[in-house]
Amino acid sequence: MTTSAPIPPITGTVTVAVPIETAFGVFTGSINSWWPHQFHIGHSDVDQVVLEPVEGGRWYERGVDGVECDWGRVLAWEPPHRLVFTWQINGMWQFDPDPARASEIEARFSADGPDQTIVTVEHRYFDRLEGGQAINDAIRGGGGWALLLDGFAKTVTDHA
Amino acid sequence: MSTYGDGGLGLLGDPTRRAIFELLARQPCSVQELADRLPVSRPAVSQHLRVLKDGGLVVSHPEGNRRIYRLNPAGVTALRAWLDGVWSDALTGFHKVAEAAGEQARTDDLDLNGENP
Repeated sequence: MTTSAPIPPITGTVTVAVPIETAFGVFTGSINSWWPHQFHIGHSDVDQVVLEPVEGGRWYERGVDGVECDWGRVLAWEPPHRLVFTWQINGMWQFDPDPARASEIEARFSADGPDQTIVTVEHRYFDRLEGGQAINDAIRGGGGWALLLDGFAKTVTDHA
Repeated sequence: MSTYGDGGLGLLGDPTRRAIFELLARQPCSVQELADRLPVSRPAVSQHLRVLKDGGLVVSHPEGNRRIYRLNPAGVTALRAWLDGVWSDALTGFHKVAEAAGEQARTDDLDLNGENP
């Protein structure tokens, strides 16, 4: 089956009770603390998730084995209001270095008073990513997804 | 409080649906096989499969007297749906870390001023 209809973006909004500078600073500088570590493309567990604070900077994971795997690049660095970076992990669960096949994430920060910030995230251009049947093979082969399931089973058991 | 827009948590916002989705990514399964592997009932699995199927993530075909489910091979749609769940978790995490940072800053202010602002 092929689809020609555009794949809609993912959008999310979160309101945090901190000044806009703090919100931007945590989003970028502390991405290692909030990005779920179970999502990775490297062979080993994630030690660090890094977003380099500069236009053209890298977004990548560093495994506990020290191996770095790129996820994307920073396209726009406009603190504290806006950040655009790419997600270049395709349906084969691999980094695709071709920027023409990169999906994009835009994060916008707007102050809602001195101590409150609205953060809106849009992940778009999924149509640019390569997918296909291989995504299933990649997952079956033990990519990042399999680990998720194990975590889920444990969580459910803990709550049962 | 954190909110997640555009259709709520999405098709994979529910952890059971996400688990079913991931099992099907490993191999096509019948309802019974899924129910055997998850701590949920067979009717619950059927219900979730219907939602996933309506959402275009899962397809099925009859095999003998049962129905086998697998991921829709239009893989980018699946990737997007999966990422929907990733972002939900990520923004929840961001909310938590950001507010903890705010709390810390206020505590520091308090220590500096020596009084309640």
